[in-house]
Amino acid sequence: MNTSAAVELRKTALNSVHRRLGAKMVNFGGWDMPLEYSGIIAEHQAVRTRAGLFDVSHMGELEIRGPGALQLLQWVSCNNAAKLNVGQAHYSGLMTSRGTFVDDLLVHKISDTHYLLCVNAGNQDGDFQHIVANNKFDAGLENAGSRYSQLAIQGPHAAEILQKLTPAPLDTIRYYHFTFGKVGGVDCLIARTGYTGEDGFEIYFAPEYSDRLWTDLMQAGESAGMIPCGLGARNTLRLEAGMCLYGHEIDDTTTPWEAGLAWICKMEKAPFLGSDTLAQQKQAGLPRKLIGFEMLDKRIGRDGYPVLITGHEAGRVTSGCPAPFLKKNIGMAYVPSNENTVGAEIEIGIRGQAAPARIVALPFYKRPQ
Amino acid sequence: MYPADYRYTKDHEWIKVQGDIGTIGITDYAQQELGDVVFVDAPKVGAKLAPGKSFGSVESVKAVSEIYSPVSGEVTETNPLLVDTPEKINTDPHSAAWLIKLKLADPKEVASLMDAAAYEAYIAEQTKEHSA
Repeated sequence: MNTSAAVELRKTALNSVHRRLGAKMVNFGGWDMPLEYSGIIAEHQAVRTRAGLFDVSHMGELEIRGPGALQLLQWVSCNNAAKLNVGQAHYSGLMTSRGTFVDDLLVHKISDTHYLLCVNAGNQDGDFQHIVANNKFDAGLENAGSRYSQLAIQGPHAAEILQKLTPAPLDTIRYYHFTFGKVGGVDCLIARTGYTGEDGFEIYFAPEYSDRLWTDLMQAGESAGMIPCGLGARNTLRLEAGMCLYGHEIDDTTTPWEAGLAWICKMEKAPFLGSDTLAQQKQAGLPRKLIGFEMLDKRIGRDGYPVLITGHEAGRVTSGCPAPFLKKNIGMAYVPSNENTVGAEIEIGIRGQAAPARIVALPFYKRPQ
Repeated sequence: MYPADYRYTKDHEWIKVQGDIGTIGITDYAQQELGDVVFVDAPKVGAKLAPGKSFGSVESVKAVSEIYSPVSGEVTETNPLLVDTPEKINTDPHSAAWLIKLKLADPKEVASLMDAAAYEAYIAEQTKEHSA
């Protein structure tokens, strides 16, 4: 193609491994990433029932250091980082001055003066500039993405597989906590986090060890039926688990209230970026709310399709796809906040036809405890 | 791989002609590009099709692919197998997972489509562009 030469895609350290495995590759936010290896459905089911290994090295890492680190974090993000213990992580939003999302992120507290942020690949540089521009607390900031590879080991067998390669006692790492330890002899940050709705780990390490760790993990997971998984399954898994994706459910026009993310927006720590607007919106009421829906026939309501309520366009689907584990076609959408009742029947406009759907509670899928 | 007695389009449909009836499906290349097929939106029997006109879609987990008629004609049959097992398109795209049959308006139209050798050369070219 004429355009391909002009835009050089970024590659993770595992690019040649994916190609050797015969992965179907796609341009994801400027990165050449595996969409699928054996097929999205097989990969999705492996993560729900066994385990899957994802290269998520495209994700960005930012580090904040120094005495002003916590103050800066408290100013730019909506969750309350003061509540984090060392070795704990939480999900949060990087806010604009209008209380909308610059990005969503994971914040890891490494020490009182050191935080590691994991952000979306395509937003990494913008996030960094946004935090720098708001750094009135003299904190040290590093755009550290090139120093890390990241692998996600996800699924009910993830812990037993990873445990074969690490002396770190994984059963003592609680959900949304992390530790530093060796995996296959390589220094890693080992976090019990993920984007699939399953138990699992995300490990961060120096890129030069990527091939070796991928191979070791695949070997360790072979007997448990672990397979490599691409961004296709990552998307269906997160949607089934009711998790937001930046650029779909959340962006710089949506607030945490609208996105159903009140649990990461802590007004008691105000003021922070956007907190005035967020307080106002909370008081005035929301124009729209994110809902989950399932289709009532075999059709699929996909990203961007109109949502029809009593025949009128009331919103748009933000993400929609088949849910391979639930065996339903599901999606999320914004609708006016007085029309978001669970159980209500709506329609999705699909190529000029109205297909019946029903509003359902989120998440669609919750793993058995 | 690609049956010698079929004809092919640049949009990756195939057509097999027997008398004045054409059977239409999507090619193995097309199913590979789509990935796991989960839904087929087929036209109604009696629908009139024209060359290059979309008559339905095949959907995978990830994408919707419009299907275009290689020739003109009237739909006489749709494949009942694909209603509950659309994934057959991934395993048997050139035979059991045909999409529709139609009564050809002009059997001569088929001659302008690619034969198997031309189609194989065409997809080899596509694959090369893809990996470039």
